[in-house]
Amino acid sequence: MLTALRCVIHRDLLLAMRRRADVLTALLFFVIVVSLFPLGLGNEPNLLRTIAPGVIWVAALLASMLSLTRMFSEDHADGTLEQMLLGSTPLGVIVVAKVAAHWLVSGLPLVLIAPVLALQFDLHQSLLWTLTLSLLLGTPVLSLIGAIGAALTLGLRGGGILLSLLVLPLYVPVLIIGAGTVDIESAGLSAQGHFLVQGAFLVIAATFSPWAIAAALRISAE
Amino acid sequence: MRAETAAAGHNLKRTQINWFKYSSPQTFFPLAAKLTPWFGAAAVLLCAIGLYIGFFVAPTDAQQGDAYRIIFIHVPAAWMSMFLYVVMAFWAGAGLVFNTRLSGMMASAIAPSGAIMTFIALWTGAVWGKPTWGTWWVWDARLTSELILLFLYFGFMALQAAIDDPRRADKAGAVLALTGVVNIPIIYFSVQWWNTLHQGASVSLKSAPTMAATMLLGMLVMALGFWMYCIATTLLRVRRIILERERRSDWVAQYVRTMK
Amino acid sequence: MLEAANLECVRGDRTLFSGLSFSLNPGELLRVAGTNGSGKTSLLRILCGLLSPTHGEVRWQGGNIGSLREEYWKEIIYLGHSSAVKDGLTAMENLMVSCTLAGLTIDHEQARAALRCFGLAECEDLPAKVLSQGQRRRVSLARLILSDKLPLWILDEPFTALDTAAVDYMQTLIAEHVARGATVVLTTHQEAQIAAATLVTIDLTSRIL
Repeated sequence: MLTALRCVIHRDLLLAMRRRADVLTALLFFVIVVSLFPLGLGNEPNLLRTIAPGVIWVAALLASMLSLTRMFSEDHADGTLEQMLLGSTPLGVIVVAKVAAHWLVSGLPLVLIAPVLALQFDLHQSLLWTLTLSLLLGTPVLSLIGAIGAALTLGLRGGGILLSLLVLPLYVPVLIIGAGTVDIESAGLSAQGHFLVQGAFLVIAATFSPWAIAAALRISAE
Repeated sequence: MRAETAAAGHNLKRTQINWFKYSSPQTFFPLAAKLTPWFGAAAVLLCAIGLYIGFFVAPTDAQQGDAYRIIFIHVPAAWMSMFLYVVMAFWAGAGLVFNTRLSGMMASAIAPSGAIMTFIALWTGAVWGKPTWGTWWVWDARLTSELILLFLYFGFMALQAAIDDPRRADKAGAVLALTGVVNIPIIYFSVQWWNTLHQGASVSLKSAPTMAATMLLGMLVMALGFWMYCIATTLLRVRRIILERERRSDWVAQYVRTMK
Repeated sequence: MLEAANLECVRGDRTLFSGLSFSLNPGELLRVAGTNGSGKTSLLRILCGLLSPTHGEVRWQGGNIGSLREEYWKEIIYLGHSSAVKDGLTAMENLMVSCTLAGLTIDHEQARAALRCFGLAECEDLPAKVLSQGQRRRVSLARLILSDKLPLWILDEPFTALDTAAVDYMQTLIAEHVARGATVVLTTHQEAQIAAATLVTIDLTSRIL
């Protein structure tokens, strides 16, 4: 079981490494969206400091959603998905591997670059850690929930737009608590409770979504 | 090596236990036709009584004057919108577990009613907001949750609309609805928490007038009326869905002939 | 033993087949024939559990495959229309990955030998995107050589895109597997010459057994 888990993660990372442009596109999208906000809202430092966590979180939401459509579509198109469904490893395990690989490729880079972008908004340095940690806890949840949508919209007309319609409302709690973690710390309160809530979200998502993703994949592959 | 061809037939279905008798679209179709007018009549009657209580019996509020009376539509619609999502998820989940076709059809038929109730709750909330707070939209916790609920309904309907094969549409919708049902409490509480962080509790629908007994009665009667209305429209819709999906079967052909 | 009981398959508005029943014993080969769109692929997908039939069930050693799940999939190999070969991976990597997913533990030597059998000795480290259609097909078929222990092979059009030599080789491979006492189900348009003790043909077009 672990062999299959490792094999799928390794395979997906290898494929991503051989097609680095795709990974960079999502990352560049993140950077550009975040940079657009000061242009639209003006460069008033206090305003920028206030909106920074929200802007970065919303951009991270959109960026991680962009790469979701690719999560299963290629495996679906070339028949690998069928082999995964008929493997001796429970589909839930394969799905966890797929989500983990997706997060490593498209979630983790966002987490790493976010503090740099936060500097553009003059976010206080003590808050950079909070922001990074909140994204570190939150982006895996985005990948897990997003994978349900990606599996459900597999092979459908206009799958990408439909996917955002399905997934974005479900992202709301992650966004609220994630951006709120930074807000509350900037208000001088302890963010510990929020980190705990984020951790709880991660546990809940990691427990339930593999089932939902696996069920959705079987439905979509019929 | 043994190989035979059995006659194609639906004789398998007959052997199901009585409990599932009405889970067959064919038997449910005439039942739904019989029930619809009763639920429709109950809806009209209850809504008339509810509106009468709301507009003529319930006292005028000291703070908000008569503007508050919109809660007799707003609150029952909001209740129904959430209740219907759970009912929809229940039917969808039942369809996934028991593999009954009718359950999925029920779920698809409920979704538009739920969306309409959510929309009414949002619209009346906005209309209430204008005279009360001077603005059409406040990011009140309940209004915001209703807005997200509306998105969830739209997502469910859009997903089903995008899938051509009805069986896949039912199952995919079921997974989405169940995911939504797990999420709704989380969304609700996080929105509530967000609201207290950003606005304080000063502007909230919770500051509605303290409930007089007649007000509660009015809202309950209205909620029952809306409920009956939703059942009636769902039954109408499910009949249409049954006809559409079973159009190849003999009984539908026969039914269509008798309609001519 | 593989049993199909009263299978019905409806795709969209069309009933592809209904009331289809058969059973296959070890050492039997089933060839599913039929015109395009007669439901050959759907039948194979039902047999391996990718598609659930509108009616009826498929049983493996007496148990419904819907409840056996991984127990069943451990024992079968299904090769579908699409070759399940990734453009970005080499022939070798593709074979290793597909074997691991299927739960087969193999080393590089075994994989190399399997690829060599299919005439891919020079291509094993080339990315699949430079391979021809037939070569890609061979990469996925190479898994069959490593799956000689599996009691059930389900092959959808295994001969497409292959040259005569490869078709001959596939036919011997299948014949050997059947002779070993395993069950093979396949679809093909070609008149396959497979030396099997029991060859059963189901024609989905006219439903002649």
